[in-house]
Parts: sequence; C-alpha cells; structure tokens
Amino acid sequence: MNSNSEKLSHAVFFALALSSISALVLITVFILVQGAPIIAEIGLFKFVFGMTWAPLKGEFGIFPMIVGSVSATIGAAILGVPIGICCAIFLAEFAPPLMRNIFRPAIQLLAGIPSVVYGFWGLIFIVPSIRDHLGGPGLSILAGSIILAIMILPTVISITEVSILALPSSYKEGALALGLNRWQTISSVILPAAKSGIIAAVILGIGRAIGETMAVIMVLGNAVALPESVLDPVRTLTTNIGIEMGYAVGAHRQALFATGIVLFVIIMVLNTTAQYIARRK
Amino acid sequence: MGDISQPKFEIRDLKAYYSDREVIHGINLEINKNEILSLIGPANSGITTLLRTLNRLCDLNPESRQEGEVVLDGKNIFDHDIVVTQLRRRVGMVFDVPTPLPLSIFDNVAYGLKIIKMSKADTANQVEQALRMSALWEEVKDRLSTPGMSLSGGQQQRLCMARVLALEPEVVLLDRPCSGLDPISTARIEESLMEIKEKYTIVIAPHNVQQAARISDRVGFMLLGDLIEVDTKELIFSDPRDQRTSDYVTGRFG
Ligand SMILES: Nc1ncnc2c1ncn2[C@@H]1O[C@H](COP(=O)(O)OP(=O)(O)OP(=O)(O)O)[C@@H](O)[C@H]1O
Ligand SMILES: [Mg+2]
Repeated sequence: MNSNSEKLSHAVFFALALSSISALVLITVFILVQGAPIIAEIGLFKFVFGMTWAPLKGEFGIFPMIVGSVSATIGAAILGVPIGICCAIFLAEFAPPLMRNIFRPAIQLLAGIPSVVYGFWGLIFIVPSIRDHLGGPGLSILAGSIILAIMILPTVISITEVSILALPSSYKEGALALGLNRWQTISSVILPAAKSGIIAAVILGIGRAIGETMAVIMVLGNAVALPESVLDPVRTLTTNIGIEMGYAVGAHRQALFATGIVLFVIIMVLNTTAQYIARRK
Repeated sequence: MGDISQPKFEIRDLKAYYSDREVIHGINLEINKNEILSLIGPANSGITTLLRTLNRLCDLNPESRQEGEVVLDGKNIFDHDIVVTQLRRRVGMVFDVPTPLPLSIFDNVAYGLKIIKMSKADTANQVEQALRMSALWEEVKDRLSTPGMSLSGGQQQRLCMARVLALEPEVVLLDRPCSGLDPISTARIEESLMEIKEKYTIVIAPHNVQQAARISDRVGFMLLGDLIEVDTKELIFSDPRDQRTSDYVTGRFG
C-alpha cells in the first residue's frame, strides 16, 4: 500500500472514531447547557435535597426521586446480585458443557428483551401478585426491584463468569491438590481471586438499573413522595424525565434536563469506579 | 502406618487413558517410605500422568481414566470409599510452574491450615516450620505480609512447597519443580528435599538427568508409557539393564 492511500485510510478511520466521541460530547454539552442554568438559579443544594416537585408553582426539588432511584436500585442489587453471582459460579465451575451451551445464549437473550416488555410483564403479573399477597397498591419499589433484578442478571452473570474463567487454572489445581473440596476452592480461592471482576460486574449492573426507564415507569407507580416501605410507589430520576418531557416548557423543561445531569453524574461515577476496580488487579 | 518393610505405594498393572488413548501401558512399581524416587524419561513418557494419578488429580480431567491398582498403605486409592480430599492431603503435589495465590506470603502457606481449622497460634508455628523446611524462612521472615507474587520465581516455588508441607502430607509429588529456576534456587530446593525425606516419601520428575543423579535414592526410567526399569541410582547410572536406559542417561536420545 502506498503512503498516500494509507494516510487516507487513517484519516477516514480517525473521522469515524471522532464522530462517535463527538456524539458523546454533543449530548453532554447539550444537557449541561439546558440544565445548568436552573441549578444555578435554584441552588444545587435546594435542587438535590428539595422535597417538593411542583413544576406549576416553580418548585423543583428532586430528593424524593433520588430516594426512588436509589431504593429501587438497591432492591434490584439485593435480589439480583446473589442470584447472578451464583449463576455465574455454576456456569463457570459446575455446569456440564451441554448445559452451559444452553444457559449462555438464554442469558444473552434475557439482555435482548425490550424493556417495555419487562415492564408490561411486571404490570400484568408482578404488580397484581404483590397487591393480592402483600397489600398496598402493588405498583411499588418491590415490583420495580424485581423487574430490575431480572434485567441486571445478564450483566452480572456474564462479567462475573468471564472474570472467573480468566483466572489461571493453576489457582484451582493448586487448591484442589491441597485437598480442598470444590466449595472450599471456590470460596477461599476463586472468589477472592476474581473479586475485582465481580465488583465491577455488580457496579455495572447497578448502573444499568439506575438508568432504566421504560420498565420502571410501568411498575413503580411514579408518585413523587418519600416511600415508607417497599410496598409504596416511588418515582425515579429517569421516570421523572420520561413522564414529563412531553409537555414541559420553560423552567420545567430545564429542571428535567437538570435531573438528567444528576443522573449522568451518578452513572459516570459508577462506571468510572467499575473500570477503576476492574483495572486494579 | 503399617510396618517399615511395607512400601508406601504399590502400583499394580496401572493403565491410564485420555479418552480412548492408552498413555500408560500397565506399570508395576513400588515406592518405599522415606526415599526420593526420581522418574526420568523423554517427553510424553507419561510421568506427569503417573504423578497426577497418585493423588487422583487426574480426576479433574473428565477425559482421563485409569485401570489397575494404586495401593497406598495397603488401601487402593481407586476404592469407592476413598475420600479424595483426604487422599490429596496425604499426597501433596508441587507443580512445574510456581502457583502462588493472590495472597500474602503467610496466607499462601496458611490457607490450607485455615480450611482444616487449625488454631491461630498453631498456624503461625506451622507456617514457620513449613517455610524453614522449604529453605525460605530466612529470606521472607521479615515480610510475611507482602504478596506471594512479589517473590522471585525460585522463592515462589519454595513457597508452593511450603504450602504443601504445612499440611504435613505423607508423600510429596513434585513435577519438574525446578524448571525455569536459577541454579541457586534449584540447589536450595534440592537441599531441602534431601533434608525432609526423613519425614516424607518423595516422588519427583526431575528437571534433568543430572538432578536425578544428585538427589535420588532410586530412579525409574519411563518411555512412551512404559516403565522400562527402576533401580538404585548407582545401578541406573553405571550399569542399567536396558540398552534404552543406558542411551537415555548417557544423553544419546531424549
Ligand atoms: N490432558 C490431556 N489430554 C489428552 N492427552 C494428554 C493429556 N495430558 C497428557 N496427554 C498425553 O498423554 C501422554 C503422556 O503425557 P504426560 O504429560 O503424562 O507425559 P510426560 O512424561 O509428563 O511428558 P513431558 O515430558 O512433556 O512432561 C502424552 O502422549 C500426552 O500427549
Ligand atoms: Mg510432564
């Protein structure tokens, strides 16, 4: 290849790479420009910790929604992470090849189901069961947590499994050769050795749960109030934007972008932490 | 323990397979207590397979299968009532590449002890003993809490030996423990092997014929899955019965 065409292909690839990064930059700048002024006007503290969200009266406090996002996400983590990790251990250490070949694509498929379908299923199936068996309106933190727990499984399982499989087989052999049984080997050698990968898997799963919108709109009830139990409805940061964006104008619209900034920051922090932990090692 | 004259291991008509391929063709071998037995042979002789059979580490490979008997202190290790984890505790193994765990030096040696629930005080004592036996104590006693991975290759290998010795096995299997080690580390490991044979039975795949000559009591020569002969080191190196043994130890092939 002569040097001119090589230069040309360089330039093409560079331009394409640049375009994907510039999309990120554009979106970030846009959200900041739209949302920052109102945060400056209200004051960051009042915006983040304000208890009242009343757009018509010009009151924009998102604290109940932060609580909503955090509680639904923590619930998802409590339900989904142990199942996900156990499933990954099973796939990496115990499953016979045939079963592994069925489970892996099935779990990937779980990641491909559109979130509106999860939400619909939750609304038809989980919400009424909670209402009938546990009380409350059914539309609740619990319902959202269950749906989100299922949605984060593929992330948690695949990253955990990859980090277990990436361990040198010598760790396992060394432990088994000392007379440890399989469970002792897993708990005392494999899990500690794969720790950073597993933590990264959990954080990425949490990031996915916090950013999810469609599925939770349908099952969380969306009430802007501090919940008193897991059977109470809440509204998350994402659903707040999703529900009101259609008709918001002026300061209201800016406040929704400001909500987006808060969300953006939370997810950036989670992703950066995950990457940092995964890379440490 | 049984009486002194009884061999530690008696291997009778042992055949080993991977899938359907027979790679050990019916071996008979006795391994005495408190001896260092070296198994030498060119590549693919089946030495690794034989060693991994002795503590049933072969079981990890679902393709592998054995026939015949391996009797340890009068009991066949293939019997159904054998508890494999207990067997592996009695018959420890050191691999060719050092395999420290991502733990501190102390914890690398202690973690097998933790699993058998030894008390803290006993553990500290046992770790020191094991590190002394593997000739590592003097080099690491001031930095027991640093990661095992921070040691040199030779030190890591002695750490792995200490990890096995800490559990006080009866037999220690070593598969080329000195490959890739510098001469000084190699000498250290050889010295400590010769010291600890009073307490243990040692079966080693040495790194080369010279190492076998330095440390062994008896030497077995294996070739393509057959045990050609086994005898005292003196006889194997000066007056072997089989021409192939003689060719191998004099460096004419392999
Ligand atoms: N996991 C395995 N799967 C299939 N075949 C194997 C496996 N391990 C070893 N073999 C085969 O078994 C035979 C004996 O191998 P083994 O590793 O026991 O020999 P060795 O004497 O230790 O050789 P080396 O000098 O290379 O260490 C070889 O033909 C090898 O190809
Ligand atoms: Mg070998």
